[in-house]
Amino acid sequence: MISNLINRKIFTLLKVQYSNMLEYRVEIALWAISGIIPFFMLNIWTNNNLNESINISDTMLSRYFLCAFFVRQFSVVWVVFSFEEDSLMGKVSPYLIQPLNPFLRYFAQHLAEQITRFPFALIIAFFFFIFNPESIWIPNLGILLLSIVSTFLSFLIQFLIQSIVACLCFWTEKASSIERLLFIPTLFLSGLLAPVVSFPAYVKSWIYLTPFPYLIDFPANLLSGNETNISGGLIMQVLWIFIFFPLFKKIWSEGTKKYTAMGS
Amino acid sequence: MVQNIIDVKNLSKSFDISSKEPGLKGTIKHFFRRQTKSLKVIKDISFEIKEGEIVGFLGANGAGKTTILKMLCGLIYPSKGSILVSGYLPFRRKENFLKNITLIMGQKQQLIWDLPPIESFYLNASIYDLDKFEAKKRIKKLSEMLEIDEELFIPVRKLSLGQRMKSELLAALIHEPNILFLDEPTLGLDINAQRNLRKFLQKYNKETNATICLTSHYMKDITSLCKRVICVQEGEISYDGKLDLLLKKLSPVKEILIVCRSEEDAIKLENYGFTVKNKIKNEITIKIENNSITSSLKTILNNFDIEDLFINEPPIDEVIGKVLIKKDYDI
Repeated sequence: MISNLINRKIFTLLKVQYSNMLEYRVEIALWAISGIIPFFMLNIWTNNNLNESINISDTMLSRYFLCAFFVRQFSVVWVVFSFEEDSLMGKVSPYLIQPLNPFLRYFAQHLAEQITRFPFALIIAFFFFIFNPESIWIPNLGILLLSIVSTFLSFLIQFLIQSIVACLCFWTEKASSIERLLFIPTLFLSGLLAPVVSFPAYVKSWIYLTPFPYLIDFPANLLSGNETNISGGLIMQVLWIFIFFPLFKKIWSEGTKKYTAMGS
Repeated sequence: MVQNIIDVKNLSKSFDISSKEPGLKGTIKHFFRRQTKSLKVIKDISFEIKEGEIVGFLGANGAGKTTILKMLCGLIYPSKGSILVSGYLPFRRKENFLKNITLIMGQKQQLIWDLPPIESFYLNASIYDLDKFEAKKRIKKLSEMLEIDEELFIPVRKLSLGQRMKSELLAALIHEPNILFLDEPTLGLDINAQRNLRKFLQKYNKETNATICLTSHYMKDITSLCKRVICVQEGEISYDGKLDLLLKKLSPVKEILIVCRSEEDAIKLENYGFTVKNKIKNEITIKIENNSITSSLKTILNNFDIEDLFINEPPIDEVIGKVLIKKDYDI
């Protein structure tokens, strides 16, 4: 009964946010295009034959970066910026006195944006295959489903991390500056610029203890068919969610006590 | 007996405010060493509100009216004291409490800017667990009361301020709350829109017996809606009671302009013993205390040949303004 009600709320939120996102289809197409960093990285790697040093073929490397592009498209999060702006402008106030956590609105907003983004990402992939026909492959259904799950878990981890940072708005007002600090390790350790396997062994062992490689590297390796520890990766993703979720709940409950409803 | 729906005891709220001296020196000093001080904006206030009452909170800018409303609806956490609204501690924001209240803040909007208001209404309906049929029924009823129709299907960004405000109200009332917190609800609206909104609130209160707590700087909102007012001065309650009693207290004297048939009558009246404000030919303005108006008028009509007579109520803005401006005004 309760789960039905929540589902109905989420479904309506998704429907409304999707209608809203369709109003911004041009912007979303541009955002999708702006996420092509992995293709630049692929170019740098192949032109300099860097893949030879880590024993990955050109084809597998192309697939990895294409998958990294896809994972990034469906796990990109901006909740800290939305929450910060809404908080400073006083727009959070009406949401706070509704029987729905405001972060569920942002969550639905992100999912709706991903649905809107999907066709644009497919078009970009289509052009990628035209220029790299040797990279075309069809992952088996099981792997494809696991990759979708893993990408969604990656999105959840990033959403929780940013939500925790966003809640710092209750203390600092400019929480996005803290997010910028997180952006650097995310960029270098997530696998967006280079597969984590290319790092020296002692660095790798430390990286795998952080949540970063499970954001892009793990799901991208899984989808592209590169060798990876599937169950280990999925367990680590779930583990990080179990760590971040209670942390978010705690910081949210403490933060709302500090809320001053400025700007409203 | 009508029960208390809001019960506030010894409520206080302090905010930490940082201050900065002007100029480059001040900026550098502020960068390295922030000076913050605790500002007590609400000071140990207590009051009760009964179910179905419409209460106006009066006070100058920064007096603390909005802070009180924010604490009553659970938006901000009190520093000291206790609040019970409908039997709940507001700041805990329990689902059943939130389903009972609404807060409308001037031009702060909850409608989705790029979509027609109807989308936001259905979204709110699902947030408050209303099924589609019930939501449709309530949207129809409220849109008729608010006199909006086509506007429901036009993107919010293309609506006028008045239309937007009506849509905001509909969105905020779709769950039929029985306690309404309204912070400057008519801010920026034209005279007709203000009047319609007041009419709507009166009707809503009559039909649902909802309790309404209202702040407004438009005295017309207060006089036409509220029988009871709470005056807030620098975080303290300086008056809590009936509005007409407050007006009588603040303005115990009425001015009466009397047009006599002849100038002789006017001279006779001038010397009769009333307090005369001024006299121009056969027109004379006298001041009479509120409690002796009937007897004084009887005397005047019986003893003088009167052509016309006007009782001037002092402008309410001016009277209330006295309370808002003067810190130690004795009420």
